[in-house]
Amino acid sequence: MLARTSIATRLVLVITLCSALIFAVNLGYNYHRSRVMLEQELESNARNLAGSLVHRVETELVAVAKIVQGMARELETSRHSAQELNSLLKTTLEQNPELFGTTVAFEPFAFNASTRLYAPYYYRHKGKIASSRLETAYRQLPYLYWDWYQIPRELGRMEWSEPYFDEGAGNILMTTCSVPFYGADNGRKQLKGIVTADISLESLTQLVSSVKILKTGYAALLSRNGMVLAHPLKDAVMNETFFSIAEERQDPAMRELGRKMIKGESGFILYKSIVGVRSWMYYAPIRSTGWTLAVVFPEKELLENVTRLSMTMALMGLVGILLLTGAVVSIARSITKPLRSLAAATDQIAAGNFDVELPVVRSQDEVGLLSHDFQVMQGSLKEYIKNLTETTAAKERIQSELKVATDIQASLLPRLFPAFPDRPEFDIFASMDPAKEVGGDFYDFFFIDLTHLCFLIADVSGKGVPAALYMMVAKTLLKSEGQRLGEPSRILSCVNTILAEDNDSCMFATVFCGILHTETGEIQFANAGHNPPLIMDGAGVRYLAPKAGFVLGPMEGTTYATERLVMQPGDTLFLYTDGVTEACNHADELYGEPRLLDLLQKTPREDLVALVHTIRVDVVTHAAGAPQSDDVTMVAITWRGAES
Amino acid sequence: MMRLLWRACCSKELRLLQNTLLLVLLCSSAVAASPLKKATLMPLWSPQAQFAGYYVALEKGIYARHGIDLKILPAGPGYSPEQTLKNGSADFAVLWLTTALRQRADGTQLVNLAQLVQRSSLLLISKKSSGIRSVADLDGRKVGLWAGDLSLPPRIIFARQGIKVREVPQSYTVNLFLRGGIEVTSAMWYNEYHTILSSGVDADELSVIPLHEQGIQFPEDGIYTLERILKKDPALAKAFVAASLEGWRYAFDHPDQALDIVIKQMRAAQLPANRAHQKWMLDRMRDLIMTSTAKGGHGQLNQQEYEAVGQAMRSYGLLKAYPDYSRFTGRSDAGTH
Repeated sequence: MLARTSIATRLVLVITLCSALIFAVNLGYNYHRSRVMLEQELESNARNLAGSLVHRVETELVAVAKIVQGMARELETSRHSAQELNSLLKTTLEQNPELFGTTVAFEPFAFNASTRLYAPYYYRHKGKIASSRLETAYRQLPYLYWDWYQIPRELGRMEWSEPYFDEGAGNILMTTCSVPFYGADNGRKQLKGIVTADISLESLTQLVSSVKILKTGYAALLSRNGMVLAHPLKDAVMNETFFSIAEERQDPAMRELGRKMIKGESGFILYKSIVGVRSWMYYAPIRSTGWTLAVVFPEKELLENVTRLSMTMALMGLVGILLLTGAVVSIARSITKPLRSLAAATDQIAAGNFDVELPVVRSQDEVGLLSHDFQVMQGSLKEYIKNLTETTAAKERIQSELKVATDIQASLLPRLFPAFPDRPEFDIFASMDPAKEVGGDFYDFFFIDLTHLCFLIADVSGKGVPAALYMMVAKTLLKSEGQRLGEPSRILSCVNTILAEDNDSCMFATVFCGILHTETGEIQFANAGHNPPLIMDGAGVRYLAPKAGFVLGPMEGTTYATERLVMQPGDTLFLYTDGVTEACNHADELYGEPRLLDLLQKTPREDLVALVHTIRVDVVTHAAGAPQSDDVTMVAITWRGAES
Repeated sequence: MMRLLWRACCSKELRLLQNTLLLVLLCSSAVAASPLKKATLMPLWSPQAQFAGYYVALEKGIYARHGIDLKILPAGPGYSPEQTLKNGSADFAVLWLTTALRQRADGTQLVNLAQLVQRSSLLLISKKSSGIRSVADLDGRKVGLWAGDLSLPPRIIFARQGIKVREVPQSYTVNLFLRGGIEVTSAMWYNEYHTILSSGVDADELSVIPLHEQGIQFPEDGIYTLERILKKDPALAKAFVAASLEGWRYAFDHPDQALDIVIKQMRAAQLPANRAHQKWMLDRMRDLIMTSTAKGGHGQLNQQEYEAVGQAMRSYGLLKAYPDYSRFTGRSDAGTH
């Protein structure tokens, strides 16, 4: 099961890893997309939030600026007495609850020629409107040198002061809107003084500080110098500038960010906040004062939900993958278990145990099918082996019977040599090697009377058992007729007549039949379609050219001619069947009559046994292992001369 | 305390602790033997790292160790250390050399006990965009000048170069300059220059003319007392100077502690406190105070420079005469020039 190559392990590995990978990719993509979407949404939220805050602050500031500009216009239209000035300031303060204080501060001797400095100041004190005089309230530095006076004076335009703690007059953290006003002096436009309105920074910073974003997000306000005006970090307020914090943190990027802010740019960035938390910040300018409002969203909190969702998804995915792994293991086991028992069973079958019990598989799937097929195969194998055993037994029986038949056939042919040891006038030797167990060739020799030796060689058509049976008949007939008739052509005619009578199977035999007169050496012979024999006499070796004659068996009434040959002492007649000349090698080349003739010319003829044996060896050599296709039969007869 | 003692007893530091305890006992007995002399100091300005040495010496008990029970008086806008010294409300004051010489010329018998800031730290700063590169470029420009003696060195330079600027009195903020109300502002290297940087202006956007590079080697912060007080108790003055210098050395050696002390003082005085700014100031004070070691030990008024300031002020009509160096530094009773 846990083998490295087991199907179950591979399945579990591949499926688990693949699904884990797919899941991880999905999760990652989901996290990324959610984050991007969240950031986009955040940016628009931040933009809207900052926009609405900026709008609220701006509205207030613009309203104040309008009031101060209105006062300046009024002061420019007519000369006001001290009374009128006081009334103007007081009324303005009463009608505009957003103002903390207001003053008209004159240039030296501009109020009148006898008063150098003159600046009545009205402000709120414990819920009531109080008044003082700035030329006396500021003991340490004349009002002429305060930013709220000096900057609009030098620039000649309305200015919002950098927030400051007004020590001496208001004694609160404030910012002042100052507008210079002019009068005509000898026809020349002459600066008369500065009219201002103070607003307490408290209400503005409260507005900004009251903004709560998520859990720890916040809004912050920076002045035109980057001074922190509103921030949850109270220590930084009015103490630190964005740039001093950047310096302390040695963070040039933060300084660059601060410069963008005070230049009046707006933007949405990820940065490390003043309190050191990675946060998203949207910043936007408050145009009238040059301040910057920023809304800050801590990244961690923002991503908390996405992170939590991702963690939950990861956990669910993990559990899912574990379950999946379990399921895969179980399925793999259910598949491999029958396979393994099947493999064990087939091992036994391979070892030859066909009776082994195959595991029972009930499932209808491929494994069930395989198991079923195995069962069928087992049955078929068993049946086949049974048949094979029976067939083999039958074949063995037939073979043993054929062996007996071969023995019988062999025993029918004269096999004892020398055949006639008491007859020195001639020598005879014969051999037959059947192609199958029983052959269709045969030879025979026998005395008809004391001086006439009948010898014959025959080849029955076909081979095997039918040829052998036919041969038995032919041989018996030839011997009996030969002994009765004593003349070759008559013998053949007579045997043909008998054979042709009931020859339904249309078998036939070629026969060369001769009768040697042992005293004269004369040989009478007749041929029934057999190969011409060779004569080896004093003139050499040559093929006889007997009349061909028709084969025995197929046709009644065939006649044969007897021919004569006179042998000289020592001459040899050599008979053979086509099993010699038509022996084939693997290249289907015939042994051939010329080769036989040639070999006989070279071979000494004294010993007939050796002669026949030499030819037999040469035929086997020619065949070079190719199976013998026909019976090989040879008969040699030598006349030695009459008995002296 | 018992636990601490027990732990110390168990450690190898037992001997050290015994020695320390012994030392503490000896010191307290010595203090107990001679009661602390009461003394007061008025710095030139409200608490900031410009006066770190005095606050550190007070906080770290250095004055007490020198037998002084010191009180540092509130200072800043509206306070005049020279007036306070003159009317006897303060025993010691931190003053500029130029202020001291003018006061002396007006009859206040001031004595320089120690000179801390050895050269002028005044800068004339403009925005590069206004095209000012040298003093000559200042001609006809709107230049912010502080009231009083702080404007002396720039005025001397303008007179030397023969240029006329449009003087604008400037206050204690840099906003007039930042908003463009003036083209050039006076600034202390250790203070306003950094304030401008901390308001988002980069150093490379500024054109800075340091006055000491224009031949104005005017020593600035020094410790002064009245001749009368010095005569009455020379040992007190000596001890005060020694303790103050020790306080400065301690502050430079332990800048973080010094900044903590200064910021604590600033918070107590309800002043905006910005550590980065105070650190800059302390670092610059080190540059201004400790460079003088080559010229006869830090804390001393260099006679040549003293003479140079006196001559310069006289030649520009700011003084009729200036006292003899040894008299001015309280070493003899010689008369004035």
